Parts: sequence; C-alpha cells; structure tokens
Amino acid sequence: MGRLRNLDVTQQVALLFVVLFGLLMLVTIVSISRSLRDRTPAQQELWERYQRDLRAAWMAAVLFWIAWISGAIGSTLLFAIVSFVALREFVTLTHTVRGDHRTLLLAFFAVLPLQYLIVATEFFDLFTVFIPVYVFLAIPVLSAFGNDPQRFLERTAKIQWGVMVCVYGMSHAPALLLLDLPRYEGRGAFLVLYLVLVVATAQIVQDVASRRLRRRPVARAISRSFSWRAWAIGAASAAIVGALLYWATPFKPIPALVMGLIAGGSGTFGEFVMQALKRDAGVRSWGGRTSVTGAVGLLDRVAGLCFAAPVFFHSVRWYFGF
Amino acid sequence: MKLPEVAGQFLAFLARLITGAQGHWHGCPPKAEQRIYFANHQSHFDWVLIWAALPHELRAVTRPIAARDYWTKTPLRHWITREIFNAVYVSRQRSEDEDPLEPLMDALRSGDSLVIFPEGTRGHQPEPAEFKSGLYHLAEAFPGVPLIPCWIANVQRVMPKGEVVPVPILCSVTFGAPLALEPGEDKRAFLTRARAAVVALREVS
Repeated sequence: MGRLRNLDVTQQVALLFVVLFGLLMLVTIVSISRSLRDRTPAQQELWERYQRDLRAAWMAAVLFWIAWISGAIGSTLLFAIVSFVALREFVTLTHTVRGDHRTLLLAFFAVLPLQYLIVATEFFDLFTVFIPVYVFLAIPVLSAFGNDPQRFLERTAKIQWGVMVCVYGMSHAPALLLLDLPRYEGRGAFLVLYLVLVVATAQIVQDVASRRLRRRPVARAISRSFSWRAWAIGAASAAIVGALLYWATPFKPIPALVMGLIAGGSGTFGEFVMQALKRDAGVRSWGGRTSVTGAVGLLDRVAGLCFAAPVFFHSVRWYFGF
Repeated sequence: MKLPEVAGQFLAFLARLITGAQGHWHGCPPKAEQRIYFANHQSHFDWVLIWAALPHELRAVTRPIAARDYWTKTPLRHWITREIFNAVYVSRQRSEDEDPLEPLMDALRSGDSLVIFPEGTRGHQPEPAEFKSGLYHLAEAFPGVPLIPCWIANVQRVMPKGEVVPVPILCSVTFGAPLALEPGEDKRAFLTRARAAVVALREVS
C-alpha cells in the first residue's frame, strides 16, 4: 500500500479506473456465461433485477470517468444534471398541486443552478447555508403567494425536503472535488470516487446480505428487506473497502475505515428512507416498467449518495479542522 | 438540416428533458401506417408530448389540429405550426357553406396521420369530458384507418392553465389497442366506447 501512496495523481486515478472497469468487465463476462440457464419465474425476476443493476453500475462508472476527464467544472455540471433528474422524479412522486407551481419553478430553475454555481465558485460559506437558511424561508413565502391554504405545511415541507435531498445533498459530491485539503491539493476527485465506491459497496452488500439472511425486518410496513444485521454488514464492508482505498485518500488507514463506515452507513439509511417515501407515494416498484410516470428509478439509486455526501463532506472538514 | 427540423429536434429534446415524454405502447406497436390518435386533453402541452413520444420517423407524418384564428395570428405562431408541426388548420367559427371537418378529411385523404382531442377543449377534471362527434364522422368516412386511443398522464401538473413556464415532472403517453367503428354502430355508443378505451388506459399505464 505504501508504494501505491507514492504514485502520482494520474497514475493513481488510472489504477482506480482500471480496477473498477476490470471488475465490471469480470462481472459482466460471468453473467453473460450464465445468461442461458433455465430459471423459475422467481429466479428470472431476480436475474432481471440484477441485470438492471449491472447496467446501472456500468453507466455510473462511465459517468464518473467522464466526470474525471472533464475536470471540476465538467463534473459539477454532471452532478447538477443528475440532481435535476432526481428532483424531477421526486416531484413527480409527491402529488404537488396548482398552487405549488411557482415554488417548483423556483426550486428547479433558480435554486438548483444557483447551488451548483456556488459550488463551482467554491464559495463554501454560502454553500452550506444557502438552501437550509435562505431557500428554507423563501419556499413557504412563495407557496403562500400561490393562494391555496389546503395542506399548506405538508406541501411546503415536501418541496423543501426534495430540495434538501436532491439538490443540497447531491451538491456535496462535487463540493468534495473542490475542497482544498492540506497536502492534498487537486485530488478531490479521489474523495468523490471514494465516497461513491464506499456507498455503492454498502448498498450492494446490504442488498445481498438481506436476501441471504432473511432476518426479521425492522419496519415491515416500509421495507421487507431492511434488517439491522444486514445494515451492519453493509456498513462494515463499506468500512473495509474504505480502509483498502486509504492510499488514494488524505486519511490514514484507521480514519479511512471510520469514514467508510460513516458514509456507507448513512448511505444505506438514505435508501431506506427512499423506500418509505416510495410507499407513501403508492409506487410498488420503480424499476422502470411498472411505474405510472415512467420514473427511471434514478432517485432510488442516488438516494444513498444524497444522504452520505453531506455527512461525509462535513466529517472530512472536521477531520482536517476547518 | 433545415431550420424547422433543427427547431423541431430542439423542441422534442426540451419536452423530453422536462417531462421524460415516455411512450408506452400497450395495444399496438409504433408503426409507419396511417392512424388517427385520440387522447384526453388537459394542457397546451398535450400535443408536444404525444409528438415527442412518437419515434422520430413518425413525427413528420403525424399532424396536429390547430385553431386557425389563434395559431395564424402572429408570424411566429404561424411558423411554428406550419413549418415544425405541419398542422391542419380548422376554423372555430362555423360558416354555412363549409364543413369544419373538411381540412381533416383532406389530410387523411393525402395519407397523413392525425392527433385529435375529441373533448374539444381542455378539461379540468381527472376524467375526460364527453367526446364530440368529430371522431365518429372521421371513423365513418375512413373505415380503414385504425383509431388509436391514448392516455396522457400527469401533464396537467406540468403546465396548469394560465401558467407559461412548465415545471419538470415526468409524464407518459400510453397508446392502446386500435379501435374501429362497428357496422351499424350508433354515434353515441361509439363515442362512449372510444372514451372508455381512453380512460381504461389509465389503469394500464
């Protein structure tokens, strides 16, 4: 590991991407060779889900590669687009009414671009308070002008929550890119990659573990698969992956382990919360085919990142004491 | 590529960016044959949504219907409806000697597909209003053209009446199984059946 630490930035990135794409290639080859097996309908459904997840993993990997080669501005833009699509899906699921129209316009066309503009200009003091303070107060004001008192608080809260998760949470990922850490200048992309890999590991492992273990779910009405043990296994494996990647981060091995635990654990909680939201909206599956609106299921996939990114971002800032 | 084509591509891209404009083909495949699509009508955006949900090749031969007085009023409106959408213009004012359906019949005779909103006007209720009889007369005059029911979901949230800027919300267009006028079918019975076919797609989508 010490040798890896001494490589320069470009070499380390190249190594990470080679490993990432190599792993994906391996998984894809194995799954192609197994694609002709006979399956029962239940197995077939699992298989199709697995195939969708694999496709999503490929897309995510390619996106990150594009983000890396296009630099800080490019990746900020990329995350802004993902944010937009996620918020669009969120708003589709929460039943907004006529009176919310102007507020939604504010969220999509003013708050979202401004937040990412603030990220791109590295104005970090404003970045952390812009949405929680100013937008938090602006949204109910604009909603009140909508002249519709029915379920006012509920509607406002929904929009605020959507903006918090899809815009504020997500914007912490590109913010990591631009964070200037001592002796770690210009290597922010590692932190983003570290975060994404760790969160993805936690989600995948938790998913597999909950299927294998079949423990009693903690909250059956919300998720049939979420159990404490599966969550712990997911978070622990995120911690291990985090520790293994320490050479690419500004952390020492033990802090890298803890950071992995924090990010992975909060990421899977985010996924759990999204399942609650999905139940509330009355969506059975948002795997793409069955949903009314043709929601692509992006929100489901990025929810973990949206929850983990702010927690991770502030943990990193505290760790370095600024 | 000419300017109208570029503008059309851009509009379709915009519609997809804002609404996703997903087409779900449930009762029929997207196919290059002459068709009459009929759908529920809740917003000015409806036509653009159906148009963007169609495959690129079908967009050029599928035409909307536009009110002549409104859509030819300014040069820009006229240009958009004429050059990009190739709209069929109808007059809203009834005159004695002219059949209001004649322009539609002309378009069908020349082999184009049409998209019509048989409610006649934009509705505010979740259920579509009663269908006007135009659909029946077209079905009677062109028995060989399949009538495709379409259900447009969610679009009233994108652009409620009176607003000009659309909010990004995912919408979908569900295309159902083709309908035809039964021999000797009564006008009212046919229109009720057609409306039921559109409403039924809400459950499918």
